[in-house]
Amino acid sequence: MPEPIVQVENVSKSYYRDSLEIPVLHDISLEIPRAEFLALMGPSGSGKTTLLNLLAGIDQPTSGHLLVAGKDIASLSDGDLAKWRSENIGMVFQFYNLMPVLTAYENVELPLLLTKLSRKERRKHVETALSIVGLADRMKHYPRQLSGGQEQRVAIARAVVSDPTLVLADEPTGDLDRKSTDEIMSMLSRLNSEFGKTIIMVTHDPRAAKAAHIVRHLDKGELS
Amino acid sequence: MKLLKLVLRNSFRHRLRTSLTILGLALAVVAFGLIQTFIAAWYSQAAAAAPDRLVTRHAASIVFTLPLSYKEQLLKIDGVEQVTYGNWFGGVYVDPQNFFPQFAIDATTYFEIYPEFIVEPDQYEAFLGERRAALVGRALADRFGWKVGDMITLIGTIYPGDWDFVIRGIYTGKEEITDEGTFYFHWEYVDEAMKQQMPGRAGQIGWFVLQIDNPDRAAAISTAVDERFSNSWAETLTETEEAFTLSFIQFAAAIIAGLRVVSVLIVGVILLVLANTMVMTARERISEYAFMKTLGFRSYHLIGLILGESFFISFVGGIVGIGLLALVARLVAAALSNYLYGFAVPQSTYFHALAVAFVVGLAAAIFPIQRAIRIRIVEGLRVVD
Repeated sequence: MPEPIVQVENVSKSYYRDSLEIPVLHDISLEIPRAEFLALMGPSGSGKTTLLNLLAGIDQPTSGHLLVAGKDIASLSDGDLAKWRSENIGMVFQFYNLMPVLTAYENVELPLLLTKLSRKERRKHVETALSIVGLADRMKHYPRQLSGGQEQRVAIARAVVSDPTLVLADEPTGDLDRKSTDEIMSMLSRLNSEFGKTIIMVTHDPRAAKAAHIVRHLDKGELS
Repeated sequence: MKLLKLVLRNSFRHRLRTSLTILGLALAVVAFGLIQTFIAAWYSQAAAAAPDRLVTRHAASIVFTLPLSYKEQLLKIDGVEQVTYGNWFGGVYVDPQNFFPQFAIDATTYFEIYPEFIVEPDQYEAFLGERRAALVGRALADRFGWKVGDMITLIGTIYPGDWDFVIRGIYTGKEEITDEGTFYFHWEYVDEAMKQQMPGRAGQIGWFVLQIDNPDRAAAISTAVDERFSNSWAETLTETEEAFTLSFIQFAAAIIAGLRVVSVLIVGVILLVLANTMVMTARERISEYAFMKTLGFRSYHLIGLILGESFFISFVGGIVGIGLLALVARLVAAALSNYLYGFAVPQSTYFHALAVAFVVGLAAAIFPIQRAIRIRIVEGLRVVD
């Protein structure tokens, strides 16, 4: 078995509403090999997005360890975690989260503004990323000038432009029609197979999950 | 700098809202600036006062006169270098609404003590050589279309009768705040008439102006003057020219204080206008801020974005307001020229307006910044599943 890039060890997560504890994840353990494509499925409220958020370093586990590329991200400070995310995580959301005032090019360039790359180098990276998703001719378009599928492709380009360790996708096809869904899944498959990206995708769409090599199910906070 | 583009684009994301906010700020700056200018104009005469000039008047009130014979005694007081005098005339030119100050003065000494009044030498000579001659300010001449050689008749109110004058000179002010709206003529002209018609009022003047050798000794010299005439039938009150001028305008102190309060309130209104826009902005963009944090942007990036937008709007509002203020002030100055001389926006007011814009920009951003920094990413993204 290839070396795991993600190691989740006995992770639990609870939220608190006033003094009321709401357990979401129970003692989860999981290993994901490098360059793998994993789909996390489960009904609403099962904790799949919470697990994805923990892997993205935007939420902290209540207990347990989360190792990504050997680093325990649960022990990082907020500042270190922000830096770690900028270098290791590319995220794709259901509703794209594009900046409406920025063009496709500028949206993809956004994560690179945190790097020391020159304008010329940034341009090269952005053009490459947009070419991969087939939107090289839409660089100057604003999100409102793109279809939902195209917006999601821009979001994917933004997720991979800084060459992250992990690409995390949260219901990436949840707001798309069947044709666009197929395009996006094909895009993610290509990123995995051609570019070796490790992809973890949350979905409740079995059709989308078919693109993944591994499918894991979460139910009531427990992995099956 | 890399995020400057985002700051600018964000500022005009809601063009109508941003434009209305900028307009609101600009109008508030105009109101703030006009009030400050009005206050400055109100006190401009006091500001124009020279520190080496004292004014001696009747101790009871300015409406009571002093005997001209005091002049020689004043000249003997240590520290007094020159003495001149004047009297309020209070005549009407054609219509009582055409008000302007008229002073009967000692023509030979008055302009020596007031070097800020600039008059052509030949015009000044002509003024000195003719008893009915008058010297008028440029603004006053422009107001009525007077020119040198014109005959003017004033209808006396304090001094009965029709008084004919011929304009022999037009003076200009050395400084911008120097008054150019006064009508000066020979005190002897009035006095000669009084000798014939009302001998009891002859030889009387309204006030003396003393030029002293050292402004630091103003208090001591004032005391010496007033002690010199104590227990006389016309006791005196001597004060600096600034204090003398302020005593005339202090009656409006309550109104001025009220205007100062209003200008502070206007700053508050500016703050609320911008703060409202910024709070709405922050509420609408919480998910974007959360997403930027997801990408790895730090709190200081968000502070820069929000503060930058707040400063941008406040400064554009401030600059537009300053431009409008300059324009409106000219119109107001023209409308008030008959009543309030020196209505010009002081440079300090422009700086104050910019300072207000800076402070307002900063203050309006505080709450949105707090909110953006404190929001947890997962809450901002609303992706808790």
